[in-house]
Formats: sequence, C-alpha cells, structure tokens
Amino acid sequence: MSNAIESLGSLWGPLLVLGQIGLFTLVLLLSIAFLLLLDRKIWAGVMMRKGPNVVGPFGLLQSFADFGKFLLKEIVIPAGANKFVFIFAPILTCTLAFAAWAAIPVAPGIEDGTSWVISDLNVGVLYLFAISSLGVYGIIMGGWASNSKYPFLGALRSAAQMVSYEVSIGFVIITVILMVGSMNLSDIVNNQTGGLQNWHAFSFQNFPLIVVMFPMFVIFFISALAETNRPPFDLPEAESELVAGYQVEYGSTPYLLFMLGEYLNIVLMCAMMTILFLGGWHGPVAIGANAAGSMPPLLLSLAGLFWFMLKILFLFFLFAMVKAIVPRYRYDQLMRLGWKIFLPTSLAAVLVVAGYVTYFGVQS
Amino acid sequence: MALIAFGLIAAVVILSALFVIAARNPVHSVLWLILAFFSSAGLMVLIGAEFLAMLLIVVYVGAVAVLFLFVVMMLDVDFVELKQGSLGYWPFALLIGVILVAELALVWSASGSLNFDAFDPSPGAETNTEAIGAVMYTQYLLLFQLAGFILLVAMIGAIVLTLRHRPNVRRQNVSAQTGRRRADATELKDPAPGQGI
Repeated sequence: MSNAIESLGSLWGPLLVLGQIGLFTLVLLLSIAFLLLLDRKIWAGVMMRKGPNVVGPFGLLQSFADFGKFLLKEIVIPAGANKFVFIFAPILTCTLAFAAWAAIPVAPGIEDGTSWVISDLNVGVLYLFAISSLGVYGIIMGGWASNSKYPFLGALRSAAQMVSYEVSIGFVIITVILMVGSMNLSDIVNNQTGGLQNWHAFSFQNFPLIVVMFPMFVIFFISALAETNRPPFDLPEAESELVAGYQVEYGSTPYLLFMLGEYLNIVLMCAMMTILFLGGWHGPVAIGANAAGSMPPLLLSLAGLFWFMLKILFLFFLFAMVKAIVPRYRYDQLMRLGWKIFLPTSLAAVLVVAGYVTYFGVQS
Repeated sequence: MALIAFGLIAAVVILSALFVIAARNPVHSVLWLILAFFSSAGLMVLIGAEFLAMLLIVVYVGAVAVLFLFVVMMLDVDFVELKQGSLGYWPFALLIGVILVAELALVWSASGSLNFDAFDPSPGAETNTEAIGAVMYTQYLLLFQLAGFILLVAMIGAIVLTLRHRPNVRRQNVSAQTGRRRADATELKDPAPGQGI
C-alpha cells in the first residue's frame, strides 16, 4: 500500500480527493434512493395506506424504477422558455446540493484527532451556510425560465421564504459557534465528546445554557423545514394553489435533478443538525479512554460513521413525520413565524449565549 | 497550480463582468453578476482570505443578488428601448473608468515596496477569521459599530418612508385568529326533518 502511494508521488493527493468525492457521491445517491422510499412509506403509514410495494420486495426497488422512468422520458422544453436557464437551473440545484457535502465530517479519522472529511475547512459552518443560501437560485431560475405564471409565483414565494428563514438559521449557528469558539465542523463535533449530556442540544455541562440551546435546536429544525421547502412550509410548490410551483413545466431528467437536489438538501440539513447539536459521530454514551485505546482505530471510525448515519436517519424520520401530520401554513403565517417569532428569539439567544460565554466561559 | 487557478478564476471574473453590461436580457445580466461575485469569492479563497470569501457569498450572492433578481424579474421595462440612448453617455463612462484606473495606479506607485508574494491573510493570528475579528473589535471598533448604526438608520428610514396607515384596510389580527376556540366558531344544531334551521 505505502509503496503504491509513494510511486504515485504528488498525484496521490488529488487522486485521494477524487476517490473520496466518488465514494461520497455514490453513497449519497444510493441513500437518497432508499430515503425517498422511506419518506413515502412513512407518509403512507400515517395515512394507513401501504405505499409503494410492487417493485421488488416491500417496494425496495421503487426508486430505481422511478429513476429509469425519469431518465427515459423525453425532455420537453416549453415554447417561450429561456432554454439555457431552464436546463441550467436543475443542474445548479443538484450540483450545489452535492458540493455542500465536501465540508461535512462524517467519522473520526484513523489517526488520532483527525476526521474523515473531503476538505477540512476552517470556515466549514460558513461554507455550508453559503452553499445552502445559494440553493434559492435553482428555484428562482427554474421558475423564471419556465415563462409561465404558476412557476413564477412559486419562485417568488420561495425566494422570500428562503431569504427570511436564512436569517434565523444564521443566528442559531452563531450560538453554536460561540459555544465552541471555532467555525471548523470537526472542532464543533469534538467539542461534544463524552456522551449525550455534552451534545449542544442538551449541554448539561454548561447547565443554564440548556434553556437556550434546546429551543435553538427546535428553531433550527423548523427553519430547516422552511429552507428545504418541506411541508408545512411547502408553499413554493403548494399543489392546491400553484399546481407544483416552480416544477410545473419540468419533467423527465431535469425534474429528477430538482427532486434529487431537494432530497440531498434535506439530508444535508439533517447532517448539519447532527453536527451542530447532536454530537456528530459521537455516541450517546462515552467510551472510556482505556476501552477506546484498546480498540482498533478503524473500528472506532466505523462506529462513528454508524452513529452519524443513525442520527441523520432519525432526523429524516422527523422530517417525514412532519410532512405526514402537519397541515400547510398560510403565507402570512409563514412570514410572521420567521420574522416576528424566530428572529427575535434567536437574536435574544445569541445575546444570552454570548453573555454566558464572556462571563462564565464554557466547559467542554 | 495556484497561478493556473488564479488565471482561470480571474478570467471568469473579467468575462462575466463584461457580460453583465453586454447581455441584452437584464435577468441574464444579474446572473452574470452572480457569477462574477462567486468567482471573486474564489479569488479570495486563493489568497487565504476564506472568511471574507464566505461572507461575500452569503451576503452578496445569497441575499443582495437574490433581491436584485427578484426586482429585475418583476419589472416590465422594455430594456432594449432603454438602452437606445445609452451610447450617448460614453464620455461620462470613460471619465469614471479613467479615474478608477488612475486611483489603482496611484495605489500601486505609492506602495512601491508592496510584495504580493509575501501577502499574509492572517497577520498575528492563527486563522483569517481571528485576524479580522482581532482588528475589527479593537482598532476599528468605533468605525465598525458606526457602520452598523448607519445601516440601522437606513433600514428604519426605508420603513418610515414606505409605511402608510391607510384607513378601511382589513388587517389580520393574529391573536384573534390563534385565540379562536371551537366553541366560538362552531355550533351544533339538530334540525328537525323538513324544517331546516
């Protein structure tokens, strides 16, 4: 192995990154296929339906059948549409959704103190925030390029909605950054080591802060729903008002890309919540230093990956349940929630956390 | 490697900036502008100013340009007609261009010893973010706070200018809406057959 690395010389670094990107893409695509099925199954279960159950055992291959159907259909570009922007919008959505994963640390590294991540950015949180704020462009461009009324209305709604909820997401992220003192995602995860009570959502070790941090977690979750245009905030594609919003004119592969991007963003938001609030790859019970030292590092790394994915799965389950049981918001209610409730609350939380950190310091 | 990356990204910035003014469709102009912002952020990453790069994307691309696009899409202005007379402004545009280039040259000559290879994005600190924070909250604290205050005043000014209390307009009363209970809104009737209520 080491001989092979040496013979590659300076090519090894770029090749390693390329391999990691390929691995991430493959795993993400496969998980999206099954998460999509899970979403539909949960939705169906709440409504006492069976959900997709024909293709493969328990309908496990349903997403692959859908994939084939989307790929084989003809791409229809409406007359009067702006061709380039029309095709570019779904590609942009999908690319950005994948790009964000470059900064997500998924497991502890084999060597001590490192983490498994494609690019360990110093400003990882900001990078994720920036990429997720770019997501709105795919929707606006798609809605505008369709040259049709419903998509345009959907795009406008979406722009206003995503810009509004980004603000409170930003403040919630600041509270976490204040507690950690770093914007590096690996640092944020490593700040929550030592079991459930040290996760930022609970943070018993800085006891008074739990009063602030748990509500911040809830606010982040609800804002993530709005940011990903999920029910109850799916007004950009509200089918009873706008048919399908910005997606009306899309079919075939471009539609597939939109949907893929949407689900990738949902999983990304789950990963962000896991990293910021639920301890990332750390399990709910602390392993003693001796026990950890006697285990092979590869096993620890895989255990970290397992916890990380389990937490994402749990949050995705919550996303799916919200979709199934909560009715859609009215647009003025959505704006009121974002600007009049979440924004002041999260701003106050930033003040409280900043004050606490300044006067008492944080124990981690 | 860094040089190739710089050349590529700088070329994209310049080309997209050219297309911003050359594009016929105003929406395309804004899209090119977004590409220019985005590539400038790439240039900042290259010199190690990662915090500024991310802020550029979050603030300009993620918020300001969205509003640009928002407004341009909703305007129904015939931009071809608007552009008819714009060639007449070229002496003015030339003047501004000359001033900009002159200022750049002035900076260049004044800092003759400026060595771009020795540029340090994080002087006296571990990361770029810490370096900016250390300067902004000590040396330039007053200016920084003043800038924030000016923005606040501008925001309040915009609200005051556009806020109008028109009479006879129905408004949502949220507390009344959320405070409604089933007993206030519905009534159980038991109409006799053939009589109705």
